Amino acid sequence: MNFLLIFILIPMLMMVGLFFANNRKQINLITLSGSVLLLLSAIGLTFLYLHQRAIGNTAEMLFITDVPWYPAFNIHFLVGVDGISVIMLLLSSIIVFASVLVSWKIDTMPKEYFIWFSLLSAGAFGFFISLDLFTLFFFLEMSLVPKFLLIGIWGSGKKEYSAFKLALMVMGGSVLVLFGILGIYYFSGAESMNLLELAKHTIPLNIQYYLFVSSFVGFGIIGAMFPFHSWVPDGHSSAPTSVSMFLSGISMKLGAYGAFRVAIFLLPEAAHQLAWIFLILAAFSVFYGAFTALAQTDLKYINAYASISHCGLLFFAFLIFNETAITGAFLQMISHGLITALFFATIGMIYSRTHTRMINDMNGLMKVIPFIGVSFTIAGLASLGLPGFSGFIAEMTIFVGAFQETDLLHRVLTLIAATSIVITAVYILRVVGKVLFGTITNKHHLEFADATWWERVSVIVLVIAIAGLGSAPMLFSNMINDSLQPVLNNLMR
Amino acid sequence: MGEFFSKLFSGTIPLEAYIVVSLIMFFSGIYGFLSRKSLLMILISIELILNSIDINFAVFNRYLYPGNMEGFFFALFTIAISACETAVAIAIVINIYRNLNNVEVDSMTELREPSANETEIKEVNE
Amino acid sequence: MQYTLLILVLPLLAFVVLGLVDSRWKARTAGTIGTTVMGIVAILAYYTAWSYFTTANPGGVYQKFIPFQMEWMKFSDQLHIDLGILIDPISVMMLVVVSTVSLMVHIYSLRYMEGEKGFERYYAFLSLFSFSMLGLVVATNIFQMYIFWELVGVSSYLLIGFYYTKPEAVAASKKAFIITRFADLFFLIGIFLLSYYTRTFDFDVLNSGNATVFAGTAGLSFLGLSLMNWIMALIFIGGAGKSAMFPMHIWLPDAMEGPTPVSALIHAATMVVAGVYLVARLFPVYYFFAPEVLHGIAYIGIFTALFSAVIACTQTDIKRVLAYSTISQIGFMMVGLGVSGMGGHHGLGYMASMFHLFTHAMFKALLFLGAGSVIHAVHSNEMNKMGGLRKYLPVTHITFLIACLAIAGIPPFSGFFSKDEILSAAFEFNPYLGSLLIFIAGLTAFYMFRLYYGIFWTKEYKHEHIPHESPLAMLLPLIFLALVTVFAGFIPFGKFVTNDGADYHIHIDLVTASVSVAVAAVAIAISTIMYRKENKISDRIVSSFSVFFKIVVHKFYIDELYMFITKKIVFRLISAPIAWFDRTLVNGTINSFATVTQWTSLQIKGIQTGRVQQYAFVFLLSTLLIAALIIFI
Repeated sequence: MNFLLIFILIPMLMMVGLFFANNRKQINLITLSGSVLLLLSAIGLTFLYLHQRAIGNTAEMLFITDVPWYPAFNIHFLVGVDGISVIMLLLSSIIVFASVLVSWKIDTMPKEYFIWFSLLSAGAFGFFISLDLFTLFFFLEMSLVPKFLLIGIWGSGKKEYSAFKLALMVMGGSVLVLFGILGIYYFSGAESMNLLELAKHTIPLNIQYYLFVSSFVGFGIIGAMFPFHSWVPDGHSSAPTSVSMFLSGISMKLGAYGAFRVAIFLLPEAAHQLAWIFLILAAFSVFYGAFTALAQTDLKYINAYASISHCGLLFFAFLIFNETAITGAFLQMISHGLITALFFATIGMIYSRTHTRMINDMNGLMKVIPFIGVSFTIAGLASLGLPGFSGFIAEMTIFVGAFQETDLLHRVLTLIAATSIVITAVYILRVVGKVLFGTITNKHHLEFADATWWERVSVIVLVIAIAGLGSAPMLFSNMINDSLQPVLNNLMR
Repeated sequence: MGEFFSKLFSGTIPLEAYIVVSLIMFFSGIYGFLSRKSLLMILISIELILNSIDINFAVFNRYLYPGNMEGFFFALFTIAISACETAVAIAIVINIYRNLNNVEVDSMTELREPSANETEIKEVNE
Repeated sequence: MQYTLLILVLPLLAFVVLGLVDSRWKARTAGTIGTTVMGIVAILAYYTAWSYFTTANPGGVYQKFIPFQMEWMKFSDQLHIDLGILIDPISVMMLVVVSTVSLMVHIYSLRYMEGEKGFERYYAFLSLFSFSMLGLVVATNIFQMYIFWELVGVSSYLLIGFYYTKPEAVAASKKAFIITRFADLFFLIGIFLLSYYTRTFDFDVLNSGNATVFAGTAGLSFLGLSLMNWIMALIFIGGAGKSAMFPMHIWLPDAMEGPTPVSALIHAATMVVAGVYLVARLFPVYYFFAPEVLHGIAYIGIFTALFSAVIACTQTDIKRVLAYSTISQIGFMMVGLGVSGMGGHHGLGYMASMFHLFTHAMFKALLFLGAGSVIHAVHSNEMNKMGGLRKYLPVTHITFLIACLAIAGIPPFSGFFSKDEILSAAFEFNPYLGSLLIFIAGLTAFYMFRLYYGIFWTKEYKHEHIPHESPLAMLLPLIFLALVTVFAGFIPFGKFVTNDGADYHIHIDLVTASVSVAVAAVAIAISTIMYRKENKISDRIVSSFSVFFKIVVHKFYIDELYMFITKKIVFRLISAPIAWFDRTLVNGTINSFATVTQWTSLQIKGIQTGRVQQYAFVFLLSTLLIAALIIFI
């Protein structure tokens, strides 16, 4: 059996197991063991992948399984991975593990919660390993529906509104994606939905324009690019902690990953022609997200807008079309995924104690909950790009790449995007200063208990991942770099 | 017309005769479905429609593709389906009777309370 | 020289260990570990210096060594960040400075910070800072320097905000970080542009003076200034931010909210001179390819020196006086670099600047630690709560006096020698500049003695407890640094550090020296008259210049200007409107889709009666209609 199928099977088995689970203990046992297995498999896959590369396997995609699914339309269940997917799987499994631990004590309908959560992760894992356009779309949709329920039922605040908004906007995005995918399939004339096959075909340019706009905007909505980002702040703020982590850590990456795998890879000519429009949008979104975050007072809103800013940088890097920048984009994906997950995790921990997320209602929390405070500070410092953490590597790679383009448009946009380095520092330090430092003004806050063991484990795993990527970036950047060549060749043709 | 009657009286019933019968059955079924207020009558009308279809299946098979059996099978299949459907429908009707003490279609409005519906949409939008 | 790697690894390990153990160990243990590690590092640094300066100049010119180098991150085939150790005269000199001052501060803090909550955290951060600063000075390439540059920035942030329950400390740490970060943005852009055109980050290649490296920038200019000038100016902005040059100096005085030993280490001796070090490190590039910028640096330096010296005359918080004097002295160093040429006697300014960096680090650390000792005794930073302390703190008093004499430029203390070299270099560059510099040196002498008299002489303040001399662990660093301050002037510095690596024999220009000493002596005399005994002279002078005085006391309202820009412009005029735009327009558009859909559905929902028979009827009719259409048309 193909090793990759484990990533879909484990969540499925978790769902079955949860269905029969009777009590809290069993539920926790199943989810924890499932997510540990996922994490171990992802680590194992990384080593397997490196081993394959080391013994000279130069195939574009490894561990391919190809099963005809609906032959009449050339739909295959086709999975396989390259370095990029392996890293995304690693990221996803780390975040799933951390999220499961964070929701260790969730009290309403835990069984159903985890069933939907497992389905969500199955969708995400499936998405990252698909090589067939249909499979890709299938898993994209699969990771969509559970979000609606998870936010609508287990959320807080105006959860129904947010759930509807998120589901409808993302659904709208996937309709555009579907349109793009079908267009690519029909107009390429290929007898296959296989990404690698399709890449060999050229689609007429005038049709490519429509398909590119459609699929890029579609994935842009999922990846929260300005001006299609408005589901992000509401969705994140209403979602329960672990879903917030999943949403910004993985779901938003689905959009960026898809934009790269489908829109840029398969429609390179149109991508070149139309890049400037989206480049402007993306650079603006970096700037815009950062400045909006500056004016927010709700912790989750701040991080949501920070995510918009960081994901804008991601799209920005993709559209520069050089090796360095795209490598940077993927590093940014992982880095932002981990950092934002850590952020949401700690915000969740703070919220579960203070029952408020308004920064003006909190003060001096560092004194009572030092562990959470330190984790929050680490997340903040990583997010503002402190060397030693992953954010620095990603941003620097992106900007080095961006500075390789000398024309005026790129220069100006790069400078605009680069201002975020300062603004990020401003809003992060503002939050850290307000929430953690100073003296406690609310007497009830004195009674808080510091992080429990599951919270600690979850945070530590994330911090280790962030620091690991930040201090040994070459491991990952080489894996990404190796896998970029086919795409770059396609782009340069 | 002459051909029709000559066939009719020569012992072989023409295709058209069957179709006329099934057409009449079908439209009386449709009429019943549209005009009756009692659930039972509506159910019977549906049965009429289904039976007229069965006749069509059998007849077309017999006349157009004498060697094949698919039409007959479909007719049998439809009969089986309609039997199941009737059983379910009757069960529903009985339940409705137990709850409402009649089986009039007009009295069943509980699933579309307009007021409740609208407030819910409002809530979601806030 | 592989062992130099330990100089970096040990403090990092100390940071990790001390950071992880949290508060499980006794405070003493954490302090001992940190101090021991720093002691080993200092010994290693001295050994490095000794072996380097004795063996590395076979032909009379110092060689460069890279005992360790590894590729850390690869951007493209040509651009990669290496982490390595570069051993050359200035990096060795900085190693000695950083490790010495750091060790002194470690020892000093054992008693100064005793009993503070978060003692382990303090030592962890000190180790982190030492690691980052040492990494910065031995950087082999500009990107490594940037990495450690950011790390010193964050350790400075953490240490300024050490008393995180004090709102002023939090605000100050935030301010320091954001302003230096803002400057770093320009630094970074400069690095990116430089690396794009030269295809390298390496100092070795950049400093080779080889014009082909910069061939990519030839003929390119922007707004009338050549591209190289722009790039080097951008890089200098980064240095100016860290080194608190005008107008980015405002964070440094506020940074005094941190613990005093931290101010001594970071905000007087080491981190704030990083900007000077950066310019020195890239000096050949500045000199050969961006001479206009280099001159600009000299002017910015002298303006900052004057500006902050004037402010220092009016401040009453002793640490703030010292902070402004630091800014002023860094201005001197910048002037030294800015007026310098290349090699031999032309390179005097460079040598002088590095010399001053060295001596200043020692005597300024001494001043801060002395101030710490005073604060430890009277529990206040305000000068008017002091006075007459010489009886109670004899050791502090003597060492403080030595440092004051050094900074005032009185021979034979070290400050005289280094400052004098800067003065003569400046005179050779431009006599007006030199004269102005001498005037500033006089101001320095004046405000330093104002401070000295304010603390140790004048009228005695009635303390609740009688002030007592600090414990031995605090006095030892003072005595050590005082000894260095007394004797460092006699180090033949030109033998060690010049910008071409060759030997340069320092000779004292008697005219400049006598004039500057005379000016300093006069300034000290004025100061003595005004401040030694309590009298009304200073009040009278203040009242006769009241408007000007008020402006100076408010530091020329630069802070207010910054507050205006950040609060009013960035928050009110950019951020808030964008947030409003997002919530109202962008979000409103999305919501309006939903509203329109809902409205439409409400309008047409009457058709949905729910009566199946009606539906069937409509269905039938339409079917018939369509059938008819198909058949008859």
